[in-house]
Amino acid sequence: MELDSKCPTGPIETRWDRHKFGLKLVNPANKRKYTILVVGTGLAGGSAAASLAELGYNVKCFCFQDSPRRAHSIAAQGGINAAKNYHNDGDSVYRLFYDTVKGGDFRARESNVYRLADISLDIIDQCVAQGVPFAREYSGYLDNRSFGGAQVSRTFYARGQTGQQLLLGAYQALERQIGLGTVSMFPRTEMLDLIVIDGHARGIVTRNLLTGKIESHFGDAVVLGTGGYGNVYYLSTNAKGSNATAIWRAHKRGALFGNPCFTQIHPTCIPVSGEYQSKLTLMSESLRNDGRVWVPLKKDDTRPASQIPEAERDYYLERRYPSFGNLVPRDVASRNAKMVCDEGRGVGETKLAVYLDFRDAIGRLGTHVIKERYGNLFDMYERIAGEDPYRQPMRIYPAIHYTMGGLWVDYNLMTTIPGLYAIGEANFSDHGANRLGASALMQGLADGYFVLPNTINDYVASTKLDKVDSTHAAVRDAEAQVTGTTAKLLNNKGTRSVDSFHRELGKLMWDYCGMSRNAEGLKLALSKIPGLREQYWREVKVLGSGDELNQSLEKAGRVRDFFELAELMCLDALERNESCGGHFREEYQTPEGEAARDDEHYSYAAAWEFRGVGNRPDLHKEALNFEYVHPAQRSYK
Amino acid sequence: MKIILHIWRQRNANDKGRMARYEVPNVNEHMSFLEMLDVLNEDLIARDEEPVAFDHDCREGICGMCGCMVNGVAHGPKPGTTLCQLHMRFFKDGDQLYLEPWRALAFPLVKDLVVDRSAFDRLIAAGGYISVATGSASDGNAILVPKEDADRSMDAAACIGCGACVAMCPNASASLFMAAKISHLGLLPQGQPERATRAVAMVAQANHELFGACTNVGECEAVCPKEIKLEVIARMNRDFLTAKLTGRTAAEEA
Repeated sequence: MELDSKCPTGPIETRWDRHKFGLKLVNPANKRKYTILVVGTGLAGGSAAASLAELGYNVKCFCFQDSPRRAHSIAAQGGINAAKNYHNDGDSVYRLFYDTVKGGDFRARESNVYRLADISLDIIDQCVAQGVPFAREYSGYLDNRSFGGAQVSRTFYARGQTGQQLLLGAYQALERQIGLGTVSMFPRTEMLDLIVIDGHARGIVTRNLLTGKIESHFGDAVVLGTGGYGNVYYLSTNAKGSNATAIWRAHKRGALFGNPCFTQIHPTCIPVSGEYQSKLTLMSESLRNDGRVWVPLKKDDTRPASQIPEAERDYYLERRYPSFGNLVPRDVASRNAKMVCDEGRGVGETKLAVYLDFRDAIGRLGTHVIKERYGNLFDMYERIAGEDPYRQPMRIYPAIHYTMGGLWVDYNLMTTIPGLYAIGEANFSDHGANRLGASALMQGLADGYFVLPNTINDYVASTKLDKVDSTHAAVRDAEAQVTGTTAKLLNNKGTRSVDSFHRELGKLMWDYCGMSRNAEGLKLALSKIPGLREQYWREVKVLGSGDELNQSLEKAGRVRDFFELAELMCLDALERNESCGGHFREEYQTPEGEAARDDEHYSYAAAWEFRGVGNRPDLHKEALNFEYVHPAQRSYK
Repeated sequence: MKIILHIWRQRNANDKGRMARYEVPNVNEHMSFLEMLDVLNEDLIARDEEPVAFDHDCREGICGMCGCMVNGVAHGPKPGTTLCQLHMRFFKDGDQLYLEPWRALAFPLVKDLVVDRSAFDRLIAAGGYISVATGSASDGNAILVPKEDADRSMDAAACIGCGACVAMCPNASASLFMAAKISHLGLLPQGQPERATRAVAMVAQANHELFGACTNVGECEAVCPKEIKLEVIARMNRDFLTAKLTGRTAAEEA
């Protein structure tokens, strides 16, 4: 299969404008004749559904939560980047583009990233107009703060709840369209399969989570804004319901999966406290501005932090990275935390944590300043960990946070199945091998508000589709598969709960395909996963019935897909014999222990084609060309 | 420690429902409340009993999906905290906890502790937005917002739509929820053009959904996990009355 990224050529500054001009349009009066299905209502899906309806399309929108406002975009804390240069500190679209390509360790497309940086300006304007209460200066102008991986202040924020406020903006725009009757909303409805007819995405099969009814919905195009797959690891900062089912079913129907092994670990999360742990909570990266990270110099030091004298503390980030210190990027901070814990110098009961200490900052600035800056985060920490971070250092540990991989899409955000689009975290497009802070919100909204509503017209206008209904063989086949799987899970009469399997898979993935990977471990994981997957089918126990709310059944279907996806992630990680961004292969590092990229052999996006469960998928490669930002070793020394 | 739970079990809206007693031994003080329920559910599955259905998603206090009554108090005993952020160290060995779903006519029961809060979405659809189509915005700094207004707007915008205010109100009124949205948008210059019609449309929708009226009891403020202040309701009432007195009620008649 030849992968055509459809990326425009020529001067990068005008690529998107020229590309847009070349796209076909749909007459406003004709748009209402077309139906677009949008799955997911986070920043990407919600903004896309609202914007498509504003344009005049008929939109049907789906989410598994009880309301579109719950999507996990809501939990993003820090902020959203935009190259407004309101502070005259040298920012520009080009600089945001440059930072993002470099931050992604040269594994993203230049054309996409430039467009993202360019659109960042419009996003802020749109959100302000919607009433997003961004932080303001006393003069009434928009306030900014700086964030990891950038030397300019370009992050717009609404306290520690930026994701919430941006999502509510998109949600309100969506509700307005629902009120106007242009969007039909289907909450508590989960997409369980994609309907492909004559090679085109024509619909989805859903299960109503309240009644269990399996239904098909048809349209002229299908848009997946269903988020990332970090929950493969069981423990992550994702919401409990976040899942990969929609993109995985699309993958099985023919959409290629891009860079599945590119996962991001966030360095500052509250550590695991026991076996019952259900999820991990992120503490904003901004804490590293004033907190100092350390562990005891000696192994197995059980003294409380306050009794460890200064000379016996190892401020390892400051020691190893004197110029960036505690502010090294996420991947570097995370790997170093793992390294010191592996040496037996971790702290707390589990020894899987490092200290983030504010003692010096409090001494220098006073408690009131620290309270003003981080009060809500300190409160949250105390609520969860039961310790007062004003008096004793926080304990933190890295956790799975974001997945840069996702469905492969071209410049139009279309997958390899014509008529199927993937937007936001669900696609693989803009962050390369590592995402910079405050860029996820930017990408979700860029895709949903500004990119997709332009590119989808071209497909709709240039594609002639026959009418479909539920009598079509492909529809009946997809429905039968969904019904069959549901019945199989319910009738399995096994002995183990879904969660027990999910935990086991998660641990395996964390150990062998987590913060750092090596060929031996990946091969071991690849040898274990198929057996575990088969055991799942034999031994999983799902109680209750299929025709009512059944949360165990919902989980069972999602975990089933995680098993298959986990295998692909390990395979991709094994195939990529280099270290880049979030993908750290222990065999490939510099003498100082930093990631060593291999541009000669691996400067490509991996796009995997499904070949049946248990069969080796085919690897296709999209070569990456860098005309503007020239690959160099990232250094934070 | 051991916790004794009395949980409302109800298969569906037509089922009669009953309180069921469960014991959860080995509760660890670091567990969150929902993790304790996970442990209970794993036990129930092992005994071939159907697990307790409860809504939850982010488990970090922001999505608004979780919540139930704990000994008669929405989201339990710790102020300013959602159920998912409540940890078991606030309880002691042998505590008896009574868990019930949100109760309100406008929130029909789905199963066990799960209720249908879609009425909240319809309140927003009735007018809880600023009508601005994608692409029509001017530069962000073309609209100046005094910091104090932006801060107060943000205070109201922090609402997570969990429904605790309705569940706790003796009238099952949605006033705090609606008024938070009306305040969030009404305190900003962008929200002015639709301010009057917004209040009228949302209040009309609330009546239609059979939410009760506000009688200034203040239970909503006491249990709100985001500590939204009662003053937002005064602002809503003012917008509503101003709209009525000036005749700007187009939305209601439409």
